[in-house]
Amino acid sequence: MMRVMEKRPPGILNLHPAFTSVLVDLDPRRLTQEDVEVLIEERLARLEGLPPSEPRIIEIPVKYGGESGPDLIEVARITGLTPARVVERHAAAEYRVYFLGFSPGFPYLGGMPQELAVPRLATPRKRVPRGSVAIGGEQTGIYPLDSPGGWRIIGRTDVTLFDAAADPPALLRSGDSVRFVPQGEV
Amino acid sequence: MNSLLIVEPGFQTTVQDLGRFGYAHLGVSASGAADALALRAANLLVGNSENAPALEMTLTGVTVRFERAAVIALTGSDFGAGSPLWKAVDVSAGALVRCGAALSGARGYLAVRGGIDAAMVLGSASVHLASGVGGRALKAGDVLRVGDGAVRRARSGALSSSLYEGPLRVTAGPQAAWFGQELFDSVYQVGEASNRMGIRLVGTAIPSPPGRMVTEGVALGAIQIPPDGQPIILFVEHQTTGGYPKPANVISADLCRVGQLRPRDTVRFEPVTLAKARELRRAQEEWIYSILSME
Repeated sequence: MMRVMEKRPPGILNLHPAFTSVLVDLDPRRLTQEDVEVLIEERLARLEGLPPSEPRIIEIPVKYGGESGPDLIEVARITGLTPARVVERHAAAEYRVYFLGFSPGFPYLGGMPQELAVPRLATPRKRVPRGSVAIGGEQTGIYPLDSPGGWRIIGRTDVTLFDAAADPPALLRSGDSVRFVPQGEV
Repeated sequence: MNSLLIVEPGFQTTVQDLGRFGYAHLGVSASGAADALALRAANLLVGNSENAPALEMTLTGVTVRFERAAVIALTGSDFGAGSPLWKAVDVSAGALVRCGAALSGARGYLAVRGGIDAAMVLGSASVHLASGVGGRALKAGDVLRVGDGAVRRARSGALSSSLYEGPLRVTAGPQAAWFGQELFDSVYQVGEASNRMGIRLVGTAIPSPPGRMVTEGVALGAIQIPPDGQPIILFVEHQTTGGYPKPANVISADLCRVGQLRPRDTVRFEPVTLAKARELRRAQEEWIYSILSME
């Protein structure tokens, strides 16, 4: 979808891709919904037959547990696994970036092993440090910036996921594969 | 080059233009002026392009001192500055412009001829407070440069506006079919926790529909219903995607009204068709560009 909208046409303000949809934010002074449908179909037709983007594998070094992952022990307790096993399972999986959304640079990752699913915190933290790697329900994610959050934090990475001054500003893009690489002792 | 000194920052004063577009697919919502209509008017009155960076004040205003003479316009809510609103006025070198508490509404804009020469981040000077993209709220002692970006003469006439009176008109949201008339039958109060991310409403709870949502993109002005049934109007710093159902969306012509809501204000919603929403927006655009035919 993002390739459809390369060189954003005048009147298209934003695209919000998600799991099964793309929201197109248009300027009603310039375009109608019908205009946008025509525009997207024209561009899609032009892309037909072109090879898909090169798949990328991004490795994210993570310090699991301890101060970096204050909820690791609780996640182990809820899942009935040892902390070492939680880390092993979390780091063994390959994750797919479905899309970035919610907040700047935040990746929606698919592929977390079902056995690591844990409920979100009853009371979200007011501040989750940037780089925190966390589990919320059946999803895992990385907080790109300091923010409030209700997911359980199992580790932290020093990798910068979002930097407004960088080009591109976000490290990840939809379609990437992500692997977490444990750093040091758990 | 002229500059302005922030003597008193007020409750929450930020530099805003019309927003940062083209980065929602990276999770960055547009931010920009909460009352874009008032920002545009202020800029057009002083002869700037309508997107020039200006100051947005919230509930209590700034006190600023211009190093040299300047032409400014104050629009939006009345912060008791003692000079006419919706009109370009001269400020002499070294004079203080004092804005106090908002007498009604929530937000005021101070535009200066030439614009504020603020750092552009991803194509916009708008501060996104929640993420820190574009900077932070202003503090006492901050000095901002005044740019030289005026594009036409300042206007001497004053604008009058009745666009802020009335209910919030809405079109159907993506999950409108999941809901009944509850949203339109109730009067809501603006909650204390409201901010640039969202206006949290308090009132009759709207029952959560049984449908199961998949996280999807959310638009500015979308009204979402979380499990507690208290509606939230997603505002300029909204998250780019969300998983709560949305029965309705505030029309673009009424987003200026959302920007002026303050805690404990009452809110009513009125459904309109998309065609009506477009017509209202067209009328609003005519009103704003009437500035350019003023003396």
